[in-house]
Amino acid sequence: MSSDQGQTNWPLQMEKIRDARDEAAFAAVFAHFAPRVKAFLMRSGTDAAMAEECMQDVMATVWHKAHLFDPSRATLSTWIFTIARNRKTDMLRRDRRPEPEDLTWGPEAEAPQEDVIALQQETTKLGQALAMLPAKQRDLIEKAYFGDLSHSEIAAETGLPLGTIKSRIRMALDRLRHAMG
Amino acid sequence: MTDIKHHLTDSLLMAYSAGTLPEAFNLAVAAHVSLCADCRATLEGFDAVGGALLDEAREPLADDSLAKTMALIGQGAPAVRQIRVDPVLPGPVADYVGGGIEAVRWRPAGIGVRQAILPTSSSATARLLHIKAGVAVPDHGHRGTELTLVLQGAFSDEDGHFKRGDIEVATEAVEHTPIADTGDDCICLAVTDAPLRFKSLIPRLAQPLFRI
Ligand SMILES: [Zn+2]
Repeated sequence: MSSDQGQTNWPLQMEKIRDARDEAAFAAVFAHFAPRVKAFLMRSGTDAAMAEECMQDVMATVWHKAHLFDPSRATLSTWIFTIARNRKTDMLRRDRRPEPEDLTWGPEAEAPQEDVIALQQETTKLGQALAMLPAKQRDLIEKAYFGDLSHSEIAAETGLPLGTIKSRIRMALDRLRHAMG
Repeated sequence: MTDIKHHLTDSLLMAYSAGTLPEAFNLAVAAHVSLCADCRATLEGFDAVGGALLDEAREPLADDSLAKTMALIGQGAPAVRQIRVDPVLPGPVADYVGGGIEAVRWRPAGIGVRQAILPTSSSATARLLHIKAGVAVPDHGHRGTELTLVLQGAFSDEDGHFKRGDIEVATEAVEHTPIADTGDDCICLAVTDAPLRFKSLIPRLAQPLFRI
């Protein structure tokens, strides 16, 4: 197994964690994702100490919920993102985070390999589309995901009227979708 | 389930994915997504955007990071909340009610209308509305955004006809008079980020009392 992010077979590592409680597989997942989760929390406005603590909690959840990871529905990055986002809501706002029914990513049977590969390819395309967005649109997406900002707060911060912000986010999304199609 | 006509907006789904909505709005989004495969697919797309952003940046860890995480894992898994199944209330709503539709503690809120406020953080309000078949909810406008998700029966207003699973996204400018269909009583989940303003005098006086 290479440590290169493009080469690592994350679904396989997660299977080892799920089936064998394999600590070496977890160490590999941790080495790759823990620094990213910590950065994500800090970009959301958490200080380093709190981000470290919250990250450990997120990674422990990755271990405990390994059986719920379904690689045909989300890449490991996406799945860990949802865990980090939920933990961020709990920790920063002390809100509960209602989740949709039946989003227990739990596959009873193994996911078909072609679905797993197709999803990974699509997600790679999404990452590339995101990287190629013009700076202004890129900014708005980052604000939407990392700021604790509602649309009206974004308007106040950038001095732009609400309608413009909404249509720009929409345009950014249309572009993302287009790039993925 | 497949004939849902009124959906969430992209910006609400994106904000839900990003985790920036008030709790009451999260509840309405989670409830609609529980009933709507289309919005669920869009939401999974936005989660993938979040995953792509997660991939981009790294921060150095504390020296004992992995050891501490393994110690945390050793303390055991947190208890998992059981998902309730109810024919009317989607899982996340049943979770807030603490049971199925029969467990809702209704309070009168005008003629033919009952409501139950759900316990969310105060930045926005979530409540269940029970509107008797054929009854009109008093004409009201509102200052912020209002989401109304139909859970049973149906209603009509200036924007159209809304059935189970349909969600009305009403912004500030909209003044509307929802009327429940004759036949079944209508049950909705309604979420607002600002108090409603009723036009007729009596509901306005009643407003502080009923928190609507
Ligand atoms: Zn929908």
